[in-house]
Amino acid sequence: MIDGVRDAQGVVSVVQAAVTRHGATAEALVPVLKEINDELGYLPAEALAEVSRLFRMPKGQLMSVASFYHMLSTRPRGRHVIQFCESAPCHVVGGREVWQALQDELNLGPGDTSPDGTWTLVTSSCLGICGVGPVIIVDGDIYGNVVPERVPELLARYA
Amino acid sequence: MKFVRSLVLVSSDPDSLARGAQEVHERLQREIQSAGLQEEVAVVPVGDLGRHGAAPLIVVYPEATIYGPVTPDDVPLLVEEHLRKGRIAVGLRASARELSGRIAWLSARRGTLPAEQRIVLARAGLIDPEDIEDYILHDGYEALGKALTQMTPVDVINAIGKSGLRGRGGAGFPTGMKWRFVSQTDSYPKYVICNADESEPGTFKDRLILEGDPHSIVEAMTIAGYAVGASEGYIYVRGEYVLAQERLDKAIDQARQMGFLGEDIFGSGFNFDIHIHTGAGAYICGEETALIESIEGKRGEPRARPPYPTTHGLWGKPTVVNNVETLANVPPIVRNGASWFRRFGTSNSPGTKVYTILGNVNVTGLVEVPMGITLREVIAIYGKGMKDGATFKLAQTGGSSGSIVPSSLQDTPMDFDSFARAGVSLGSGALLICNEDTCVVDLVKVLLNFFRRESCGKCTPCRVGTERAHQILTSLSEGTAELSDLRDLETLVDGLSQLSHCGLGQTAAVPIRDIFKHFRAEVEAHVRLKICPTGACSMSGR
Repeated sequence: MIDGVRDAQGVVSVVQAAVTRHGATAEALVPVLKEINDELGYLPAEALAEVSRLFRMPKGQLMSVASFYHMLSTRPRGRHVIQFCESAPCHVVGGREVWQALQDELNLGPGDTSPDGTWTLVTSSCLGICGVGPVIIVDGDIYGNVVPERVPELLARYA
Repeated sequence: MKFVRSLVLVSSDPDSLARGAQEVHERLQREIQSAGLQEEVAVVPVGDLGRHGAAPLIVVYPEATIYGPVTPDDVPLLVEEHLRKGRIAVGLRASARELSGRIAWLSARRGTLPAEQRIVLARAGLIDPEDIEDYILHDGYEALGKALTQMTPVDVINAIGKSGLRGRGGAGFPTGMKWRFVSQTDSYPKYVICNADESEPGTFKDRLILEGDPHSIVEAMTIAGYAVGASEGYIYVRGEYVLAQERLDKAIDQARQMGFLGEDIFGSGFNFDIHIHTGAGAYICGEETALIESIEGKRGEPRARPPYPTTHGLWGKPTVVNNVETLANVPPIVRNGASWFRRFGTSNSPGTKVYTILGNVNVTGLVEVPMGITLREVIAIYGKGMKDGATFKLAQTGGSSGSIVPSSLQDTPMDFDSFARAGVSLGSGALLICNEDTCVVDLVKVLLNFFRRESCGKCTPCRVGTERAHQILTSLSEGTAELSDLRDLETLVDGLSQLSHCGLGQTAAVPIRDIFKHFRAEVEAHVRLKICPTGACSMSGR
């Protein structure tokens, strides 16, 4: 089991589906990695090995690309990923207090995954929704104008 | 197109969706259905309609009545009163304050409030971004037709050159000149890239253009391709902008079906097609050579310049890279002529600029105004003044890579040249307005944390410099810094700005330089007196 659901063969078929859609040319590499990451939650070694084979690209070079982009993860993540925007526009309207509340509530630091695999807490440089800061995104759901008191209720929706 | 009695627009940008626009939209459809009005009333989810304070917004035409913030429970009353009985549901209307600013021009038709000048956002929020016919009805693809049938490529480049259009990504490079360089390079194929990797904190103008008027970018890129002799284009969209990607996808499909993309466009023999390339989360990919590397399937690390992309770009071929907002200006210029465009803005910076107004003001959001307006005017007119009557202390312009503008410069006209003369930069159009409670050390610490994180690591001055600067700023905020640390910080400013390979490291030095220049006493208080004058810093290690 690699992502809790699929075995190695399942992972390979996810890679092959992505390559069928985007191709195996150089310009398809980042989109392919992104699709695999979206599908599996991260890029397991088995997936990277298959990408390396299909793109005829050395694993080291592939790893240098995969580890460069924030939206790609080479480590497993929790079932729910919380992104907190730590940019200046969110900071000056109360982001710092929200960040503290998130860490206290989850008992996690930046980049940590909870031991039971439920939560991963990450910071983001900017989520592009600056009009309604402070902003957090949970599994793709956007929450704006967040105040610390709202944090427990927001997280309870996913528990 | 179907003709209807009432047209209901629902704001469906991410801000509104975050506030429940989807539920409002669904409820609206259900209520209209159960009232039996589905043949008479059309409901269209559109991009950003403005005033985030009142989102989700609903605008009902032909009366142009603006409702907001609307909750799903408000919908039955709205449908009953306005759509069935034809009278305004007064209690649900957006407040007067919310009506100003961003959507001021809607009410400006009725002779109220200071109007914006809209060129690039003229259609955003007014047309259905997923319907090419709506775009065509609003002058869409007219400029492309004119360019392909009545103008030579050189004519198009001359028109853009004469208009004085300058790049809206931050650097302000003349667009006509860039196009001329590419057209004169004798190497094929050539490429047109739209830089939609808008990652500058506080900036979301490009997202609103892409979500609200995606066809304008498709049209502009095709015109650019004709002008420079390219037959292929790429739109590099920031990975987080999912809605923008979907809308662009649809727009490109529709344009292909209608023959505005593909072969022999307008029977001119000119071929052009566009690919969408999504980013995967890297601020540095907004730098044009890093963006090109990223499309080529590599780490997004900037290349050495020169050679510039105009001669050695994507796959080593001549490439035009233009920002979204820059491109959105192209169709109106081709349609109306260069002298029309020069009527707006200043002589060296013609046209308009889209600003995002954020921070401690009463109204945050987005405005498109002529170049040359001042900060004081932006705060007073569009920001509706400082929140809670606070005093304006500084503005951070242009996202992280801009300047810190103290209140003493708030009457400087905001155009490329006036700002450069004042020693500050306009950047990408974000205006983060800060009040007296903002500590400059705390603010710049947050900015440096951004650069530290986003540095690609290719060159040492930036990789190490941003990290070390962040360390020193952290020790300042904790009250553990010494005077020698301030000297080190000033040395780092020089190192970063002079030795960094690309703009990221160079601009990382700017906010530090600015606070030494304008707020030195406040910075030194953190060291000499071990106090934070605003009380924002923890000073925990004192």
